[in-house]
Amino acid sequence: MSIIIDGNTKLAVSGLTGREGSFHGLRNKAYGTDLVAGVTPGKGGQDVEGTPVFDTIAEAVTEAGANTSMIFVPARFAAAAIDEAIDSGVETVIAITEGIPVLDMLGTYWKAKEKGVRLIGPNCPGVLSPGKANVGIIPDAFFDPGPIGVVSKSGTLTYQIGNELKQAGTGNSSIVGIGGDPIVGSDFIDILKLYEADPDTELIVMVGEIGGDAEERAADFIAAEVTKPVVAYIAGFTAPPGKQMGHAGAIISGSSGTAQAKKDALEAKGVRVGESPTETAAIAVETLRG
Amino acid sequence: MDLLEYQGKQLFAKHGIAVPSGEVADNVDDAVAAAERIGYPCAIKAQVLIGGRGKAGGVKIAKDTGEARQYASDIIGMDITGPHGEGPFRVDSVWVEGGSDIAEEYYASIILDRGEKKLLAMVSAKGGMDIEAVAAANPADLTKVHIDPTKPFDAAAARSIVAAAGLAEDALDEAADVLAKLNEVAREEDATLIEVNPLIVTADRKVVALDAKVTIDGNSLFRHEDLAEIADTVDDPQEQMAKEKGLTYVKLDGNVGILANGAGLCMSTLDVVAQAGGAPANFLDAGGGSKADAIVNALEVIKSDSKVTAILFNIFGGITRCDEIAKGIVTASGQIGLDLPLVVRLDGTNFEEGLAILAEANLPNLHQEKTMLDAARRVVELAGGAS
Repeated sequence: MSIIIDGNTKLAVSGLTGREGSFHGLRNKAYGTDLVAGVTPGKGGQDVEGTPVFDTIAEAVTEAGANTSMIFVPARFAAAAIDEAIDSGVETVIAITEGIPVLDMLGTYWKAKEKGVRLIGPNCPGVLSPGKANVGIIPDAFFDPGPIGVVSKSGTLTYQIGNELKQAGTGNSSIVGIGGDPIVGSDFIDILKLYEADPDTELIVMVGEIGGDAEERAADFIAAEVTKPVVAYIAGFTAPPGKQMGHAGAIISGSSGTAQAKKDALEAKGVRVGESPTETAAIAVETLRG
Repeated sequence: MDLLEYQGKQLFAKHGIAVPSGEVADNVDDAVAAAERIGYPCAIKAQVLIGGRGKAGGVKIAKDTGEARQYASDIIGMDITGPHGEGPFRVDSVWVEGGSDIAEEYYASIILDRGEKKLLAMVSAKGGMDIEAVAAANPADLTKVHIDPTKPFDAAAARSIVAAAGLAEDALDEAADVLAKLNEVAREEDATLIEVNPLIVTADRKVVALDAKVTIDGNSLFRHEDLAEIADTVDDPQEQMAKEKGLTYVKLDGNVGILANGAGLCMSTLDVVAQAGGAPANFLDAGGGSKADAIVNALEVIKSDSKVTAILFNIFGGITRCDEIAKGIVTASGQIGLDLPLVVRLDGTNFEEGLAILAEANLPNLHQEKTMLDAARRVVELAGGAS
């Protein structure tokens, strides 16, 4: 098994007619993801290399049976597109777009909760379930099927760790990029729950970074609810306070949100935290193989 | 993006929150002229993006022209370090404002609570001091209420919060009005933090914002032209240059220049360089899908920092192609006369092609390493150790 996406995923891509949307949407299709529709207002009736385009996500659901929506819409229109997806009847919305105003996400976050729709992102690389489906921009070449579930705020750091796991001869049930924004639809805890319930996931690698308290909250949740081993990595020990380090959410405010506080919180709950991506992958492999 | 006090007060005034009138000045003569117009006593306040300026001597009350001149010349040009070691921040301007007759000092703020995914209103009757210390000493002294994102935040909701905080009875209506307007500032100006400390009640019982700390969401600037202009002014020359070139760059103190792709990998690269005993000079995320010209731009910015003695490239190509990165390195070496030691680690998409391009170019100052950790150790060695 895997989480969030698999062979049953029927994907509609909002923004499929754009440059980025078509590049990644078609890449996802080439990987084996069942791409059933594109969505661009005003372009209904067209197609992108054989995939039909609809004016609305609701049409992609009723006409093409989409159950998963990927948002590749420019930042200023993205929250409205996510809202549309939440109302359309899909089960899962994966928002790749970077740069969405955070207060727009405040309303969208609660709308998704109210409607019971799973929202991943925004500002995330998406989800990959190796051998089954890829929704987003994660390069699949570095990930093989296997027993390790990965959940991460960062894209490239995930590729780095995934590649080290692959070289060690193991692989992943799924890789979930939850995104680097201050407010994301799914936090570590939401994804940890799914991995805990997934019979094919034997170990979880969690990759955090400075800013907010999602890692601290995850530490409490792991201690209380997760029976599978969790190995963590935190980036940003050298980040100065008050500076945004690339991701909108990666900022130490005053004395809160530091990498050290996150590492301490995780270690206090018995989670091993690697010093580097390399050591993190090594600990995961060692733990898995006993 | 953080606003200076006077910029925050201008935003407050736009939304109908009472603030003392004042003028901004970036030199002593202008500050004195402003003080003369405003009258004495007046406050001369350092405009820096950090708390604790009062303790650092950055806020003075001038009683006459001589004091105004003295304080303005003391404050303009001073360096202020924040309570958590932030900065130092150079004071480029002062805000001169009329003295206020203070009867009470309160605290009011609205911040984005990331964990709860809601705006959080906080009010205290004990303002004018470090609010974290107030709350630590007695949590009951700080009233904290989350604002329901699905409902309007009206005067009645605001009034119940200021009443719970125990503000003076005759100030409740005005204080509630201020809190409701702070929420309006948050929603309409995309502010993720608004702090008023102190929020004062004057001797004639008016509620006035005596300070303003405001953070605007940088992602929202496309819909705030006035605020976007403020964002365009950056003090640091490297940060300014990076901004013009559209790069995500943060200046640090060390001597190891760093370029990586992706924010997470870049932060991680800084960490492993520090673990190897080095001191990173910067954070620079070349971004996903970087092309050769972006690499040339990035190297120009890094090289313009005279402290840099060696540069590390840590690339794990996903969407980014290592051959494009390699081409950028070779082009930049020719174009900008790059003679600093350069340690390059390329892995991921098209890394073999990338390594072949570098081998072909045979740059004398270029050192290749296979792993991130080896690359970190090597660049620290070449940079001349820790600084």
